[in-house]
Amino acid sequence: MRILFGFLSGLVFGIGLVISGMSNPAKVLNFLDVFGAWDPSLAFVMGGATLVTFIGYRVILQREHPVLLTDFQLPTSTAIDKPLLVGAALFGIGWGIGGFCPGPAWTALPLMTPGTLAFLPAMLIGFLLGQPLKNVMTSATK
Amino acid sequence: MLPAVMTEFTPWASLIGGVLIGISAVMVMMLFGRIAGITGISTGALSLIAPSQAKAKDWDWRIAFIAGLIVAPLLVSFVSGDIEQTVSDNVLGMALAGLLVGMGTTIGSGCTSGHGVCGLARLSSRSLAAVATFMLFAAATVFLLRHVWS
Repeated sequence: MRILFGFLSGLVFGIGLVISGMSNPAKVLNFLDVFGAWDPSLAFVMGGATLVTFIGYRVILQREHPVLLTDFQLPTSTAIDKPLLVGAALFGIGWGIGGFCPGPAWTALPLMTPGTLAFLPAMLIGFLLGQPLKNVMTSATK
Repeated sequence: MLPAVMTEFTPWASLIGGVLIGISAVMVMMLFGRIAGITGISTGALSLIAPSQAKAKDWDWRIAFIAGLIVAPLLVSFVSGDIEQTVSDNVLGMALAGLLVGMGTTIGSGCTSGHGVCGLARLSSRSLAAVATFMLFAAATVFLLRHVWS
């Protein structure tokens, strides 16, 4: 059941990314290019997704526990700290160079373009390298 | 890096796509009680193969979620024909971008989905700070690459 519904959730998410244009780096880069070929479409993606999630969470979180696992795990940290801001800045630079954030990088995989085949493995290595770097930054600020 | 390719303004398609992403985020919370952040889901799935990562107990749905992401474009192109996608073929630049995105989202605890969609929906000021920061740096990077250094 977890595998089936995990797959279905990912499928719906991925179809959303493709239909919305978020999976197309050219569209993402034009969204970010405010002083050039600006294409504001992706504001509608973020707006639609956030609104649905905002309403849905308010209903779901009334429940005692989720359907397929035993507990809700919500982020508890509220600190706007150095790792958060440095990480977000690095992510923004990478997003601005390539036009891919993590979800669209996965949905791009079956089209197998050279750029995707360079980006995706590098991103996975980045995930693995990021954890120790985060730990170092977190303990340094304590 | 990628020369500007004109794209059409698509408010309706983008809104419908966004609603689907929101439905998926609500499904993940309802079924698994977790934030639908692609960074966290990918890292949880990676814990299966990378021994350095803390092993997540519930990696199975995360692997399946990623499989769903990969199958989605195939389904869309089967139903509607072609998928519009233009990716830079500068592989060195794309590898650098991938590394920065992977490291940055891990250090900053989230990406466009985790901080963007789910964090903003929870009215988290931490996520709002992250979203403002990555949007600003991404727009500045595009500005430099397209209008200053080109």
